[in-house]
Amino acid sequence: MEFSIFGNRKSISLVERIAQAVFTVCAFFAVLAVASITIYMILNGTPALFQVGIGDILFGTVWKPTAAEPQYGILFVILTSITGTALAILIGVPVGVLTAVFLAEVAPPKLAGVVKPAVELLAGIPSVIYGLLGILILNPLMYKLEMAVFKDSETHQFTGGANLISAVIVLAVMILPTVINISESSIRAVPAHYKAASLALGASHIQTIFKVILPAAKSGIVTAIVLGTGRAIGEAMAISLVSGSSVNLPLPFNSVRFLTTAIVAEMGYAQDMHRKVLFTIGLVLFVFIMIINVGLNRLFDKGVRKDEK
Amino acid sequence: MKNKMRKMLGLVMAATMVLGMTACGSTEEAAAPAAETPAEEAAPAEDAAPAEEEAPAEETGAEDAADADLSGSITMAGSTSMEKLANAVAESFMAKYPNVTVTAEFTGSSAGVESVLAGSVDIGNSSRNLKDSEKEGGAVQNVVAIDGIAVVVDPANTVANLTKDQLVSIYTGETKNWKDLGGADQAIVVVGREAGSGTRGGFEELLEIEDKCAYANELDSTGAVMAKVASTPGAIGYVSLDVVDDSVIALTIDDVAPTVDTIKAGDYFLQRPFVMATKGEISEQSETVKALFDYLASEEGKELITSVGLITVD
Repeated sequence: MEFSIFGNRKSISLVERIAQAVFTVCAFFAVLAVASITIYMILNGTPALFQVGIGDILFGTVWKPTAAEPQYGILFVILTSITGTALAILIGVPVGVLTAVFLAEVAPPKLAGVVKPAVELLAGIPSVIYGLLGILILNPLMYKLEMAVFKDSETHQFTGGANLISAVIVLAVMILPTVINISESSIRAVPAHYKAASLALGASHIQTIFKVILPAAKSGIVTAIVLGTGRAIGEAMAISLVSGSSVNLPLPFNSVRFLTTAIVAEMGYAQDMHRKVLFTIGLVLFVFIMIINVGLNRLFDKGVRKDEK
Repeated sequence: MKNKMRKMLGLVMAATMVLGMTACGSTEEAAAPAAETPAEEAAPAEDAAPAEEEAPAEETGAEDAADADLSGSITMAGSTSMEKLANAVAESFMAKYPNVTVTAEFTGSSAGVESVLAGSVDIGNSSRNLKDSEKEGGAVQNVVAIDGIAVVVDPANTVANLTKDQLVSIYTGETKNWKDLGGADQAIVVVGREAGSGTRGGFEELLEIEDKCAYANELDSTGAVMAKVASTPGAIGYVSLDVVDDSVIALTIDDVAPTVDTIKAGDYFLQRPFVMATKGEISEQSETVKALFDYLASEEGKELITSVGLITVD
């Protein structure tokens, strides 16, 4: 019997069935991975929650995992992740979306031919490189700024430029390629007659972009924001190098620790309860990412659907 | 739908069986010629095992005859700071004496000494000198290595010496500017290691500032501390003595420079002994434990101790 898409009825139906089986197995592989990760995180992350106390972990502000009387409060860490990601989105999304508009609508083809590959390259740069550049360029600059701002301060703890702002800038740059690429393709997907109609009615090019094209590309831009948020909150390597990694309130010039860097920084030597709490931090991060993916998508989906009606 | 599923399941199972059969077949094929022609070929399957056993015995001869004879187990418990050393020793010792198993637990110095006194382990690891009460209980202090910690600042810093009290006040956040310590008007950037790090544990323990430190940077490796201190004006950090290089300045503490000699002489303050305590003298221990201490005192053992960033005891 020949395994080919040509052949008699019998052999074709066999090939079809085998192919279907292969596809199904592959599809279930991803499901299996997600399911096992979920189960593993819950199994490993929840014990510490109950042993230490949910309130003590999630709402405690003191992180002293190796003290004689250890305290495992991660409130500042959670707040840092939320603030840092939000600020990065606040900077990254407008820049990214406007870049996408530029690429899709405004740029002369030659200039677009320069910008587009640059953005694609940006997406391929490993996160540790961002971190290294952050240490070499961003931190010294921030340190100068810090020294200027807190010149006469008696209480400020100097961090050498490793602070929340550095981390936010790095994160904002890192989410740019995601936001730009997805926004651009959704802008390009807007039917040409929308634009033509708008222009024919007398609207200027810029009016058309903001009143017609961007609203029509809304769902794609929302996807870009969601994916960008996911990337920002899950990033560890780059920000662990530039954020200073001390547990503090997320104020601009404070050395801060994110959920991801909290795990990375201490996994090496952590033992017993300390280790379990690190898994709990992993669980918190996991829940955050789930909420972002499911929640934001659903929220914006509803909004988009209402608009379409 | 159900029918389809069942068919699919059948297919998958059939595929597994076929795969399994071919796999079995191939091993049989590979094994067969070996069995038929044992003398001619290298005889991969059957003859390999005895040959391997003989070879090392012949090569090493009489000198290491004990290697094969020595068997048993050694249990260690104690200091988390000594984790790196204990694991390295366990690993290389077991490689040298394949019939010995060495297990190490990291429960803390005091718990380790307690366990050895209770007889539940052979060796109690302690990253501090034994207390008198512990010695009275029968614990014997065997210092196997010394951990030296250097305090480093950026190369432009003009302060060359700090007293113990100054160091404490910097790390607890009381002193925030180098001008209070005789240096330039420059903010101090306090750099340290992450919780759980042995260097951090040792540093804070020696200065008695456990969990009172106000770090501006908590970095997760020695290299990161070195890089940060080297590149940040006004930064101060602590690292194992062995990694100090020209990119930073190692401060003298109470006017003693951190060198291997001053540490061995006991003059340099930021050091602590790594003790492997036994119940009774080493000579009273089992053959395997004695062999472990002999190994640590040998050239090979000293190399191992240096390789984990520690200073050997002569």
